[in-house]
Amino acid sequence: MVTETKTRTFVDEICSIPGGEGIKICIQCGTCTASCPNADKMDHTPSELIAMARAGMKKEVLSSNAMWYCLSCYICTVRCPRGIQQTSLMHALESLSIQEGLVHTKTVTPTMYRLFNHYCHLGVLPELWFMTRFYLSTNPLRAWRMIPTAWGLLKHGRLSIRSRKLTPSGSNQLKAILKKAESLGGLQ
Amino acid sequence: MKYYTYFPGCSCSSEGGARAYDWSTRAISKVLDFELKELHDWNCCGSTPSGSVDELGAFCLAARDLALAEKAGLDMVTPCSACYVIFNRTNAYLKQYPKLKEKVDESLAAGDLKYNGTVRVRHTLDIIVNDIGYETIKEKVTKPLEGLKIAPYYGCQMVRPGFGFDHPETPQSLEKLIASIGGEATRFPLKTHCCGGSLIISEEDIALDLTHKLLESAASNGADCIVTVCPLCQTNLDAYQSRVNRKFKTDYRLPVFFFTQLMGLAFGLPEKELGIKKGIVSAKKVLAKYA
Repeated sequence: MVTETKTRTFVDEICSIPGGEGIKICIQCGTCTASCPNADKMDHTPSELIAMARAGMKKEVLSSNAMWYCLSCYICTVRCPRGIQQTSLMHALESLSIQEGLVHTKTVTPTMYRLFNHYCHLGVLPELWFMTRFYLSTNPLRAWRMIPTAWGLLKHGRLSIRSRKLTPSGSNQLKAILKKAESLGGLQ
Repeated sequence: MKYYTYFPGCSCSSEGGARAYDWSTRAISKVLDFELKELHDWNCCGSTPSGSVDELGAFCLAARDLALAEKAGLDMVTPCSACYVIFNRTNAYLKQYPKLKEKVDESLAAGDLKYNGTVRVRHTLDIIVNDIGYETIKEKVTKPLEGLKIAPYYGCQMVRPGFGFDHPETPQSLEKLIASIGGEATRFPLKTHCCGGSLIISEEDIALDLTHKLLESAASNGADCIVTVCPLCQTNLDAYQSRVNRKFKTDYRLPVFFFTQLMGLAFGLPEKELGIKKGIVSAKKVLAKYA
């Protein structure tokens, strides 16, 4: 029997993000979990996350570390016998988790993604500054340990201090587009 | 002469860590008679992380580039697997989800742009093996890489989720390409396994496990070197190889090339033009016999 409620369920929220709608047709075969290179690192496996989300366990799902260990290697997506875009589903859970302020506290991947996105919105990802800022803000000791790797890259001419810039008109155009997108309030 | 719009992406831009990939791509384009016209004033495609933070913003980042490329009316080629997957996914989703398209259209309009969804986005390897073809490549070889054992590494995002170019789990194009430049492709069972991707930054231990498995597989199958198609895979396997060695007490010294660099060598182009020395793991010993 299908019970209808007027309030938007957690599954509805997931379905409103492109690729998220597959959650409804999962048969819990576990192919995604068996294929995932990082499933053993996750507090809940990919198929478990789907079952939990369908049971309405919003808080538990969004505060899981699982989606932050997703490598976006798409192996689950190509193997899913139901054609679920499992990788997109993981991305949907990531963005919902950020929106709801429920990100797992023991992983710094969300911080890295946010910083990455910040630079993308400026038009270019400056590898050196992105990495430096990320390490300094999350674990200064790691910044120290990264010095030999960074030095190797610098010595081989693979890290630039100067970063690429868009033309002023291109930059303004990008800003206008992203500002409009923001005013539209996301995809939901 | 074949013409394409070229999207180098941040890593292959002149300030990026994989500029050797860009140099070698441009160098072989002259030999193979195709021209790459860089997309003017492009922005970062958003890569995978952007979509995990703000989906609409991420689709708009990619859509601006696609809208700019549409004006030229050519196929858009990118050497980066992440850019490749993002643009193709954007194209697919804009067709599949009208509500998303509406919002992206409205956002683009704020920048006086419009995207009709007509740009075909292709990976550099795709145009080289399918538009140029193995026979033409073979004809241009002056210094065949005879005896060089090469592990063909595809990584994830060029073959998955799959935008019509090669098989998602057992692709063959690199093996055929290696044969056409006279090299020997080794068996490489992990050729489409993940290198750890961007988790190398935030979860280094986890990513190093995956990189280690790849190096182990390449070495145990007798490879002298690894060939890649993606800037991030190259960085993980090359720049982090010494960190794998430290963590796992191993001693891998496998140079990691972009396929365009090996093609350039087989065409007799100077190493400098191909950025061979940009590799962190020195290629000197492995390439000594081809000098």
